[in-house]
Amino acid sequence: MPNGMRVIKLVGLGLFVTGFVIFNTLFFNATYVLTESVIEDTFRDSAKASLFLQSSSTMLNQKDGSVFSFVSDLKKIFESANQNQFGIYGITQEEVLDLVARSGKKFSIASVDSLYVGADEVSVFKRKSFKDYGSWLDGREFSSPEELQNQLLGVVEKIRTYAIINQVGFDRYQVKDLTYSITKASAISPVKANSSLYLFLTFGFCILGALLYILPKLQLPVGIKNNGIFFNVMKSTGWLGIFTGTWLIAFYFVLYFFPEYMTNWVSMVDPISKALNGNEAGRFFLYGFIYTICILVMGGRMIIHYRHSKYQILRTTSVMFFQTAFAFLIPEVLVRLNKPYFDFKNIWPLDYSFFFDSRLKELTSNGTLGLFMLGWGMALIIIAVPVFVYFFGKRWYCSWVCGCGGLAETLGDPYRQLSNKSVKAWNVERWMIHGVLAFAIVMTAGVIYTYWSGSSWVLFFDSYQLREVYGAFIGAGFAGVVGTGFYPLMGNRVWCRFGCPLAAYLGIIQRFKSRFRITTNGGQCISCGNCSTYCEMGIDVRWYAQRGQNIVRSSCVGCGVCSAVCPRGVLNLEVKEEAGRFGKPILIGNNHIKLVE
Amino acid sequence: MKHIVIIGNGISGITAARNIRKRSDFRITVISSETKHFYSRTALMYLYMGHMKYENIKPYEDNFWKKNKIDLVFDHVDQVDTISKSLQLKSGNQFAFDQLIIASGSTSNKFGWPGQNLTGVQGLYSYQDLETMEQHTNKVKHAVIVGGGLIGVEMAEMLLSRKIEVTFLVREKEFWNNVLPIKEANLISRHLRTHHVDLKLETELKEITGDEHGRVNAVLTNKGETIPCQFLGLAVGVSPNINFLSNAGIEVKKGVLVNEFLETNIPDIYAVGDCVERIYDLSGRRNIEQVWYTGRMMGEVVAQTICGDKTKYEPGPWFNSAKFFDIEYQTYGRVSNELKPDEQDFYWEHADETKAMHLVWYTNSNAFKGINVFGIRLRHECFDRWLREGRTIQYVLLHLSEANFDPEFFNRYEAQIVSGVIAKYPAVKMEINA
Ligand SMILES: Cc1cc2nc3c(=O)[nH]c(=O)nc-3n(C[C@H](O)[C@H](O)[C@H](O)COP(=O)(O)OP(=O)(O)OC[C@H]3O[C@@H](n4cnc5c(N)ncnc54)[C@H](O)[C@@H]3O)c2cc1C
Ligand code: SF4
Repeated sequence: MPNGMRVIKLVGLGLFVTGFVIFNTLFFNATYVLTESVIEDTFRDSAKASLFLQSSSTMLNQKDGSVFSFVSDLKKIFESANQNQFGIYGITQEEVLDLVARSGKKFSIASVDSLYVGADEVSVFKRKSFKDYGSWLDGREFSSPEELQNQLLGVVEKIRTYAIINQVGFDRYQVKDLTYSITKASAISPVKANSSLYLFLTFGFCILGALLYILPKLQLPVGIKNNGIFFNVMKSTGWLGIFTGTWLIAFYFVLYFFPEYMTNWVSMVDPISKALNGNEAGRFFLYGFIYTICILVMGGRMIIHYRHSKYQILRTTSVMFFQTAFAFLIPEVLVRLNKPYFDFKNIWPLDYSFFFDSRLKELTSNGTLGLFMLGWGMALIIIAVPVFVYFFGKRWYCSWVCGCGGLAETLGDPYRQLSNKSVKAWNVERWMIHGVLAFAIVMTAGVIYTYWSGSSWVLFFDSYQLREVYGAFIGAGFAGVVGTGFYPLMGNRVWCRFGCPLAAYLGIIQRFKSRFRITTNGGQCISCGNCSTYCEMGIDVRWYAQRGQNIVRSSCVGCGVCSAVCPRGVLNLEVKEEAGRFGKPILIGNNHIKLVE
Repeated sequence: MKHIVIIGNGISGITAARNIRKRSDFRITVISSETKHFYSRTALMYLYMGHMKYENIKPYEDNFWKKNKIDLVFDHVDQVDTISKSLQLKSGNQFAFDQLIIASGSTSNKFGWPGQNLTGVQGLYSYQDLETMEQHTNKVKHAVIVGGGLIGVEMAEMLLSRKIEVTFLVREKEFWNNVLPIKEANLISRHLRTHHVDLKLETELKEITGDEHGRVNAVLTNKGETIPCQFLGLAVGVSPNINFLSNAGIEVKKGVLVNEFLETNIPDIYAVGDCVERIYDLSGRRNIEQVWYTGRMMGEVVAQTICGDKTKYEPGPWFNSAKFFDIEYQTYGRVSNELKPDEQDFYWEHADETKAMHLVWYTNSNAFKGINVFGIRLRHECFDRWLREGRTIQYVLLHLSEANFDPEFFNRYEAQIVSGVIAKYPAVKMEINA
């Protein structure tokens, strides 16, 4: 590469690193002041706002330079507000003893009415909550008053943890949400004052830097350029790869589980969010923004890298388009128009919340458009998946449309060689991915049952708990933290290969009913291993190629890279009539060689 | 139970072992002194260039051999005793066999140049060669490669991937012109130059000089030019690796002599792969063919024979492939470097200088003879069938698009090529239309 180009690359790298460092510094770079007006603005419920205000006197109008101590102080306020409510609304030991005394061994719910007679708010609350949580005890006889007392204390505890916290205090969801929005609103930072400038110093620098780093590749002759990949500290799990993986994992942890710490980052994209949907940015707006930029910039890299292959150019353009239009812009515009947020290319069970009651309600209450969305989503599941997989293979979705696939094929492309090719990994993969599919089906069935019946108990599990577990472990933990965080450690398709329930569904159809296969070219394979090495799904492509057998695998996402890197022109993604699809493992060669399996 | 011993764990020996295992439960032992497990020699370059790790170029996982009861012995065979049917190994062990397959491959040629044993002068054949190359090209600025063949061009690409400048000495008029017709050879020569290979055609190595540490510091060419260098790659062909067979009583010339059943002159001893020299002629084929595919086919054939189904080595129509930097090459049938008097041909080249096709057929019968193709992929299965069926050039042209094996959406050139042929040979046109 000429010297001038090398300089441009270095400048690009410098800019990128600068932008990245600034971005990270911004995480810490704000002061926080809790004010009355912040509280007023962030609380929707004025009673709770004043409760919070009461407990926050020590913190009010104090400057705090650290997001960590600020958040921990906020948590203490919520804690003390809840304590305060327990004092007011909680049922005391004396009251329990009183109830026992009134009932003797046989509990009567009427004793509650006789104990709390007032019409004041507290008495009403106590009466109602005791009935909600304790009426199942009505008429029961106990061996001793102590026994009854124990049962009543159980009810009291339930009232504390559910009724009081939910209705007059702060449950953990509210604490999480409010901590996030209070922190965001309390921040005084240069970012907020000047978000466009900081947007440029971080994202601008990173994008510009990346482009300067990537564009000189255009000077190289076209063709596969994999030189030095296994000597590269980024691409062969060297220190830089491990650093990147760790950073990504940390980022996802914060995003999903501790968003209250990253409000300064979110503020940066407020202007963009306002321009698009009219509201301040949420953390997932920031995430979608970063995601789209990664796909666009690294998609550009992918196109340059494979510019000799029209297949790769079209495929990459397609994922760039679907991410930008379908996943990012259209849903935001829908929100601006007061319509439900909807990603028209996301398909259950990847979109695991499609059947959640909140979303079903939203769609069914949004007129024709809502019903259309509901029908569209169902049609994707029932019609589009099997029909398109039959005609094109699972690639139509996984490497042409999907957002997870889109990120894997662009941002993740430099890491494709890190996937494990062993038979053992294949076995683990089959158990895991089909396990997740089964989990998604059971969870969704439970959710739908709850939607129809109104009862959260299905057989032996609680459908709310199950969806929460799914959301945390599969939706956030697997798809996010592991799915992307592990790019530099285990390759770019960890989620798609081991976890994605939609990939499992597409794969089952691809394996058993499709016209798609990868064919091998007669006897030309030299067993070099490029195809297997660069298969992001960890398919040992060579195993098939060197015995002259078509590759028909449920996991194949049809990225076409095996075909691109093969130095002997052996592999081709083809769609043909189904007959003979699996092929016989035989190589063109000597006459009279008989096939033995 | 019969004990089959195989010397050499390359493609030919391993194919034999695998196919014997599929067909029998004979005891199988494979001996090699190069690496413990079978690896793909053709992928050595990719290790050096960082496209793959050693793990990646092993076609089978390490537990494959145990699972398939193929014993691997990492040792060198010093001598073969054909009378007592045993092998003398370097470690001192003796090894008895019932049947022996010699699959010992090749070694790089050296032609007795002055200075050829200096440090930094080497060929590239074995894993050990790659290790020395790794060691001796560290911090090298300029290298010279001698020998315009496939291994030479691979070495050039390898060195350039490490930013080492390369001067490439080629005896012929154009790169690989002893095999490729001049137009193709010229196409590849041009391509090498776009990759900054300093290609010196019609130039031969005369002498190698070294510094006071015994390391190469320059080469002298037959044109009187001195080219300073710190590494010299010798890629002037390979010869069967049969030194260890001297005095064994097995007949050899350049290679181990075998008949059509791949039997040597000694019963129960066979030979396959690069080390073989056929005592009978196969039309259009040399008697020593040192390519991956022939080794693999011989391995399949000998396995079938040993398992009781005596089979002749009949490799079918010739095919081969290679890659010159960014240009892939495939060939089916025979296209010789000079057109024979009874042949006609058509050469097409794309304006971007990375795609070309060269078709050859017999003038009288119009029978299709062979094709060279660059930058376009063609279906082996089609050409194999057409060559076996003795199809005409008209037939091949009519069906050319069926043979295309390029990925979806790639530009197609069949129409251009066919009309080119018609323009040059109007007679062909009439028959295509008919
Ligand atoms: C760099 C390179 C690139 C190539 N690229 C291509 C290509 O693209 N296409 C193609 O068709 N061909 C290619 N070839 C040629 C191809 O690799 C050979 O034709 C093929 O590997 C020969 O296989 P084989 O099994 O006959 O011998 P080998 O692969 O040489 O195996 C023989 C083995 O036997 C061992 N051995 C020998 N003697 C003894 C002994 N006495 N005791 C113990 N072990 C012994 C050797 O160490 C060696 O490991 C290439 C060769 C090289 C070197
Ligand atoms: S990349 Fe091509 S030649 Fe190499 S092992 Fe795969 S199919 Fe065979």
